[in-house]
Amino acid sequence: MLTLIKDTLTSQVVTLWRVFSHLWVKADTVEYPDVQPYMFPRWRGRIILSRDPDGEERCVACNLCAVACPVDCIALQKTEDEEGRWYPEFFRINFSRCIMCGFCEEACPTNAIQLTPDFEMAEYKRQDMVWEKEDLLIDGTGKYHDYNFYRVAGKKIGGKDKGEARNEAVPVNVRSLLP
Amino acid sequence: MAKIVIDGVEYEANPDNNLLQECLSQGLDLPYFCWHPSMGSVGACRQCAVKQYRDADDKEGTLVMACMTPAADGAIISIEDEGAKSFRSEVIESLMTSHPHDCPVCEEGGECHLQDMTLMSGHNYRRYDKKKRTHRNQYLGPFVNHEMNRCITCYRCVRFYGDYAGGTDLSAQASHHHVYFGRHEEGVLESEFSGNLVEVCPTGVFTDKAFSENYSRKWDLQTAPSVCVGCSVGCNTSPGERYGSLRRTVNRYNSEVNGYFLCDRGRFGFDFVNNSDRLLEPVQRVDNTGELLADDQVKAFIKEFKADGTIGIGSPRASNESNFALRAMVGEENFYAGYSDVEHESMQVLLGLASDTAFHSPSVREIEMADAVLILGEDVTNVAPRIALALRQSVRNKAKDLADESRIPQWQDSAVRELAQHDLSPLSIISSAVSRLDDVASDKVIESLSVVAAMGHQIANKISASAPKADCSAAHDQIIEKVVEQLKAAKRPLIIAGNSNGSEVIRAAANIARALYNFKDNSVIDLCLLVPEVNSVGMSLMTNAKNPLGAALKKLHDGTAKRVIVLENDLYRRASRAKVDAALTAATKVLVLDQLPTSTTANADVVLPATAFSEHEATYINYEGRAQLSFQVHQCKKQAKPSWRWLCDAEHVDDLVERCCNEVPGLVRLREVLPGENPFIAGMKVPRQSHRYSGRTAMTANVNVHEPKQGEDKESVMSFSMEGMPAQKDASVHAASWAPKWNSNQSISKFQDEVNGELKQGHPGCLLIERKDSSGSYFKPVSDSIEPSENQLRLVFSYQIFGSDELSARSKPIQARMTDAYIGLSPKDAQKRDLRQGDVATISPLGSPVVICIRRGIKAGTALLHCGDGNISPADFSGLIEVEKSATQTTSRGIGNLIVSDFHEEEINS
Repeated sequence: MLTLIKDTLTSQVVTLWRVFSHLWVKADTVEYPDVQPYMFPRWRGRIILSRDPDGEERCVACNLCAVACPVDCIALQKTEDEEGRWYPEFFRINFSRCIMCGFCEEACPTNAIQLTPDFEMAEYKRQDMVWEKEDLLIDGTGKYHDYNFYRVAGKKIGGKDKGEARNEAVPVNVRSLLP
Repeated sequence: MAKIVIDGVEYEANPDNNLLQECLSQGLDLPYFCWHPSMGSVGACRQCAVKQYRDADDKEGTLVMACMTPAADGAIISIEDEGAKSFRSEVIESLMTSHPHDCPVCEEGGECHLQDMTLMSGHNYRRYDKKKRTHRNQYLGPFVNHEMNRCITCYRCVRFYGDYAGGTDLSAQASHHHVYFGRHEEGVLESEFSGNLVEVCPTGVFTDKAFSENYSRKWDLQTAPSVCVGCSVGCNTSPGERYGSLRRTVNRYNSEVNGYFLCDRGRFGFDFVNNSDRLLEPVQRVDNTGELLADDQVKAFIKEFKADGTIGIGSPRASNESNFALRAMVGEENFYAGYSDVEHESMQVLLGLASDTAFHSPSVREIEMADAVLILGEDVTNVAPRIALALRQSVRNKAKDLADESRIPQWQDSAVRELAQHDLSPLSIISSAVSRLDDVASDKVIESLSVVAAMGHQIANKISASAPKADCSAAHDQIIEKVVEQLKAAKRPLIIAGNSNGSEVIRAAANIARALYNFKDNSVIDLCLLVPEVNSVGMSLMTNAKNPLGAALKKLHDGTAKRVIVLENDLYRRASRAKVDAALTAATKVLVLDQLPTSTTANADVVLPATAFSEHEATYINYEGRAQLSFQVHQCKKQAKPSWRWLCDAEHVDDLVERCCNEVPGLVRLREVLPGENPFIAGMKVPRQSHRYSGRTAMTANVNVHEPKQGEDKESVMSFSMEGMPAQKDASVHAASWAPKWNSNQSISKFQDEVNGELKQGHPGCLLIERKDSSGSYFKPVSDSIEPSENQLRLVFSYQIFGSDELSARSKPIQARMTDAYIGLSPKDAQKRDLRQGDVATISPLGSPVVICIRRGIKAGTALLHCGDGNISPADFSGLIEVEKSATQTTSRGIGNLIVSDFHEEEINS
């Protein structure tokens, strides 16, 4: 009985001391949102569509992100300008379904779709979580600064003729007999 | 049967085939490019290399090209051999050295044979770091896009376009790695089968231009097995839908009908479904303005029509079910034919012949087997294009015979062609104008229609003296003699005619076939009789012979009938304007069901919107009496319903089919086309969407973030979702061909019993018309008694692949190839009237404006009338017409879209 009383008292005093001693320890909690946490560049947060170094839309509406998406929350429609450049007529992500898996970014052959460190995506209304191209498209290149798909692809677009892409020879003159 | 060993496993093989065919037939994966199941082997791409061993002791083996090696008994080969594998991966690496980095912006991506083969061959990383060769593209018309950079020079395109389809304006140019496939100059591809290049090209050099404008990846399309409604051949198609609009049509393999190829009308004519003019709401006409009708108002209306004094006019372009529902509603005696009286009469002759035991109506595949063909008075390329393509194959039977004699296997494509050179099986054409098959015709006679028929009768008489003689001038005796000999000598002769221009040619063709039947000791003769529309045969089987359209119009005009229901039909194309106007004005109530506004809907009291072919499940009967089932591809979100749903209370399309079987004597076996129970294994339906269908939770999220319930399909064995029976397990309802590792249409070999064979569990359709009448006799020749005066010309109706079909003429890509209504004249007749190419003229009796088209290959004294999609009704003209230069010379489309090279050869293009 005595031992029991002694142990209880000791335990309580020790606990009180421990709690008291924490008054001088530096706090772990940050004052969010006044203090913003550091997010790593490869954090998989809000999805954006980026532009190439020339400032043109990078997305070519190839549909690979949409098909890679495990929750099927990306829908888009391809269209084409007069000079043959493909781009999305609309590009829609339903963030209320998105699971931030990053498969879309992995599938994207043009580095257009990228996940960013921005995690502040909550909305009061679910409908507001549906983002269209106007909302998704940013003005910069995102994480990948140099890549421009159309400079590599063989398709002719405005400002880039046949044979002007990287590592391309000038177009063949079919009527020439030279080797 | 031969036994061959592949990678240690013994297989039964057909020694007439090559090793590649056998490997694919056995379900093995072996990459290839230049080989095509219907075009044979040329051994150009070196991609299908395998190791072949002399005997069991041979451990070294030699590399052979599977497509160039016969599957001889005892052959031992290995696909998996390391040497063969590395050879294949190096071959594809070199084929890919100049292939651009285009896949994301290429319409072929995701269904590309080159992608599949690259992956299958194990070529992953590009090592070649030199410059890629590039090419300039060409404009090839409204159907096909050209992107030459992507070419891997397999030569399939020119082999299809030139060798198979007989096109002359696509060729291989330049040499070595500069080889270029294109036209000698930019311009519209002339062949009626150019769209097949999209499917024949293993990569994205030729892509579907119309599809590209509303592009979607293959995996995103909702598809279902469908039947083309462009003509009476009934080719099987896979239309694909995305975001509520129909995006494209591709070929769906049917061993008996279309095989691997479609015509351009079939491929590009679907777009009328998306037409912005579509009728989508029930409308009542009140003082020339439309007033929307509520459900109960429509019901009240239909009830009113159920009273006595209502007649129904069917439609050769509507399904059996819709025609039947109308017939059941108004009663058989009040159900009238929906085509012109001339067509009705010839259709009766045709139906009589269809049950005659002396004849056989050949399927497209059987047409390819004919070794002597006679075409009587029909322009096959424009009436039933797919059959023209089959006829081009039939003339090659001579080459195949020669190859057999020289013991060259049939699949050795270029060897067989070299051997035969220009030696073709006989194909004789007797008609009133030039046709697009003339280049393969052994003989061509251009005569007026009455002479064509008389020549037919004369041929019959020469084959068998029991056939009646006809008055026929001696001018063509030599050719008649020649044709007679050819038909007599043939093992499988084929006579083709059609009902574009009355029944006399059909009678003549039947007499020839009967004469052959007698001559060949009562062996059944192939007699192919063409009709213009998808369900001409189906509707005619339901229509009483005493109920032609003329009788219906008369009844309405004289007040015997008060109300009329017109089913998916523009009467102004079927009967003369005056008669239709009179009938519709006299009728107290006119109810029209249709998909698109026509002159008839404009005169209706109530118009009910009907769904188009891709929006409902239906059966159609083709020219040979083959019933085929076409599934619903997508739902019509507006108020359009299948016509039968407006007209009767049936719950289910199957119920109507069942009633059809019981009530229409000609359609007793129709139920056989309905899929059996097996698609419902464990309650699972067949999905219309692929297992990779994307965007489900975002497609409609802009409207409402809460996803709608998946569309329900209570009618068919298919569902509007991705879930259900995978096609690999049961392909009896097979829309989009896909197999693991095979994303392109080449995956079809995984679903065939053997290469070019029937589909596993598939359904080639069901031949409905039983032949049990053996009492048939010869027809008596009827000679044309009308003699034209000096200014008059004999009228012949001419069909155009682009424009003659009512619905496909509302499709945008087709419109880009259409002409105005024109009249074809011989140079002599044109000169006489001071008319020049492209002038505008008027034709009597109505003074309708037409464009002048002068061709050397038109019989002088004959005028060829193509009615176009304007206001000219064929029923307004008969027999003789006069042509006069018009005072106004404005055209909208002109005749610029007629095939240029035809004119070029004739050197009369002004």
